[in-house]
Amino acid sequence: MNELQIILTETSARLFGEHVTKEVLEAAEKGAWPDDLWAAVEENGLTKPLVPDAQGGAGAGWAEAFVILHAAGSFAAPIPLAETIIAGRLLSLAGIDTPPGPLSVAPVGKAETLRLEAKGGGRIGGAASAVPWGGKVEHVAVLAEKEGELHVALIARDAYIAEGDRNIAGEARDRIIFDDSPVVAAAPAGDGITREAIWLMGALARVAQMAGGIGRILAESVRYANHREQFGRPIARFQAIQHQLAVLASHAAAADMAAESAALALDAGDAAFEIACAKVVTGEAAGLGAAIAHQVHGAIGFTYEHALHFITRRLWSWRAEFGAENAWAERIGRDVAARGADALWSDLTARQAG
Amino acid sequence: MGTIRFEPCTLPPAAEALRAEVREFLTATLGDYSAIERAQSWTGTDADFSRKVGARGWIGMTWPKAYGGHERSALERYVVLEEMLAAGAPVAAHWVADRQSGPLLLRFGTEDQRKRFLPPIIRGESYFCIGMSEPDVGSDLASIRAKAEKTDGGWIVNGTKLWTSKAHYAHFMIALIRTGRDPDDRHAGLSQFLIDMGSSGITVRPIRNLIGEEQFNEVVFEDVFVPDDMLIGAAGAGWSQVTAELALERSGPDRYLSSYRLLVELIREIAKEPTERATIGVGRLVARLATLRQMSISVAGMIEAGASPALEGALVKELGGVFEQDIPRIAHDLIGAAPLAEGGGDFDRVLAYLTQASVAFSLRGGTREILRAIIARGLELR
Ligand SMILES: Cc1cc2nc3c(=O)[nH]c(=O)nc-3n(C[C@H](O)[C@H](O)[C@H](O)COP(=O)(O)OP(=O)(O)OC[C@H]3O[C@@H](n4cnc5c(N)ncnc54)[C@H](O)[C@@H]3O)c2cc1C
Repeated sequence: MNELQIILTETSARLFGEHVTKEVLEAAEKGAWPDDLWAAVEENGLTKPLVPDAQGGAGAGWAEAFVILHAAGSFAAPIPLAETIIAGRLLSLAGIDTPPGPLSVAPVGKAETLRLEAKGGGRIGGAASAVPWGGKVEHVAVLAEKEGELHVALIARDAYIAEGDRNIAGEARDRIIFDDSPVVAAAPAGDGITREAIWLMGALARVAQMAGGIGRILAESVRYANHREQFGRPIARFQAIQHQLAVLASHAAAADMAAESAALALDAGDAAFEIACAKVVTGEAAGLGAAIAHQVHGAIGFTYEHALHFITRRLWSWRAEFGAENAWAERIGRDVAARGADALWSDLTARQAG
Repeated sequence: MGTIRFEPCTLPPAAEALRAEVREFLTATLGDYSAIERAQSWTGTDADFSRKVGARGWIGMTWPKAYGGHERSALERYVVLEEMLAAGAPVAAHWVADRQSGPLLLRFGTEDQRKRFLPPIIRGESYFCIGMSEPDVGSDLASIRAKAEKTDGGWIVNGTKLWTSKAHYAHFMIALIRTGRDPDDRHAGLSQFLIDMGSSGITVRPIRNLIGEEQFNEVVFEDVFVPDDMLIGAAGAGWSQVTAELALERSGPDRYLSSYRLLVELIREIAKEPTERATIGVGRLVARLATLRQMSISVAGMIEAGASPALEGALVKELGGVFEQDIPRIAHDLIGAAPLAEGGGDFDRVLAYLTQASVAFSLRGGTREILRAIIARGLELR
């Protein structure tokens, strides 16, 4: 890890450890906005790692955003930090100032299109479903079409309607509707921003969060197994438990590796392949890891009282958001088949050569 | 809980430059080597090939020049190994010596032993086998029975080693032998010896495996004289030495690439008519391959930095072994070709071969259960 990554890892862990309490998590699930948590995150400069210094951000890269999101995932921080970070990226590449406060991005559905109209300083129309935190944020950054060209637009919360829904972790996933809504700013999308930019960055963000979450449930499961006694000894002594935790640990390590590699690849350029691999590997690890963590925790882990589910319900949600494993696997498989069997090794080594 | 971290590692330009050289060499040397030959990967033996690899400077790559080594980085070595495995080159003759016997001698051997044994290994002319397992000794390695008794100028060895891969081919065995006993410490009293496979009193009996190959053997020692200067390290220190040796055995790309050829043939097969189901199946495997490769490079990076990543090596072997066994399972699920003994195309034959061979991938080098126990210990489970 580089120095900034180490600092950010420590800062994030300290700050989330202090502010993401069980009370905060429970209240957030009932719809309360965690003011103190958000304020602390914003004051400590964790919301704009990808916004250049000159525009008030940290001027860092995905490697740094990765460690922030990893920590956020490991604490189940109930805030749209991933979405704010991605919005900052979209806006700054388009030359639009990133406003303070929580942000989201849309559309996140692959088939949805928003349309920007030229008249009257910029108006936007269309609907986007399952927008993460769509109704909770202060602004949303969108990718929209204007005369066949891709634009980025910033819209304030009071300019659109949000129909509330939530994922199974209680995180807002709202349908938002623009009806000739005024935009705060709009500009042609910047370099490297394609129609699937939100999809890719969203997948990478979920991968980082999942990797953090999987590491956390591993640590919790190890702690619990060492502490819980049955048959007169800690259940950690039972080989069946040891082996399950070893499997969880190996998948946690794979998730971390895949996720961090994808973040570094995106800093270096096109990372569609690495992000796809990471979403597959991390999604598989999330499902398998959650199952093992619950098995090791027994009935107490099935209660609302115990905190394990704050992570596991997020893992089940996140693995499906921005494309489930199969969606990304199909894409990898299609590309690999099209390139031909004999290109696999040279393609792989060339991609991973940095 | 101890944290397990695989630091991302990028192969340096020197290593990538070497890759091109290795590819060129392999194309020229392997020529029209068949898919089924390539599928045998690091169990295929060819002395001529090993000598050519040695001549290129690709054996003992990281070892000191004083012994004929090349003092190149662990990352350059990594590139050579993975290119050999991905191409399915017949590396078995020199593989064990390069992977573990040589490094073991560098670490624990005497100066004379290094001078005598390393140069021919590096030339690709001297082959080693691993004498650990015995008829009654598998996972519980500390219960070794083969014994050595002190005599004038050396030791007299009696006992039986089992499942010794390539014993019929190797010039030397590095054997774990009992030289004493301590009722309070089951890890005491073990020693490692270099044994010349040409010594009188050694009988090597090949054991056919379920595929019909003769790869591993029973090796019987009857009053075999082993001179003093063939003891490795200290008498009685065998356990800690063999633990270090096993870490070397588990840390390389051979622990996730054993079924690679089948993945290639599977892609060739599904590319003819890429259904959604088949592309998903292949895509999932490729995602795991890419991740395992990053982890394996990361382990090489740790070795290069002077660390001894025993836990991380075990972790990659655990994930890698499952991956290597999933490839034939998934290939069967997606295509379901009936394995024929003789006929069939490349895909069918490679599938038939690896369906059978892959059961050993979670046994050799320490079983899956033993690896999971090592990982559990690393997690500090009490
Ligand atoms: C192809 C091949 C090549 C080999 N080459 C060599 C070689 O060159 N040199 C050499 O020395 N050996 C070699 N071996 C032997 C190999 O190291 C052993 O097979 C391995 O250590 C397991 O020993 P075993 O087969 O006696 O099984 P056992 O130890 O009897 O194990 C049988 C089953 O019980 C499980 N088990 C055992 N102990 C435990 C435990 N404590 N907890 C949970 N489960 C347990 C094992 O995991 C396994 O599933 C080779 C094996 C194969 C298959």
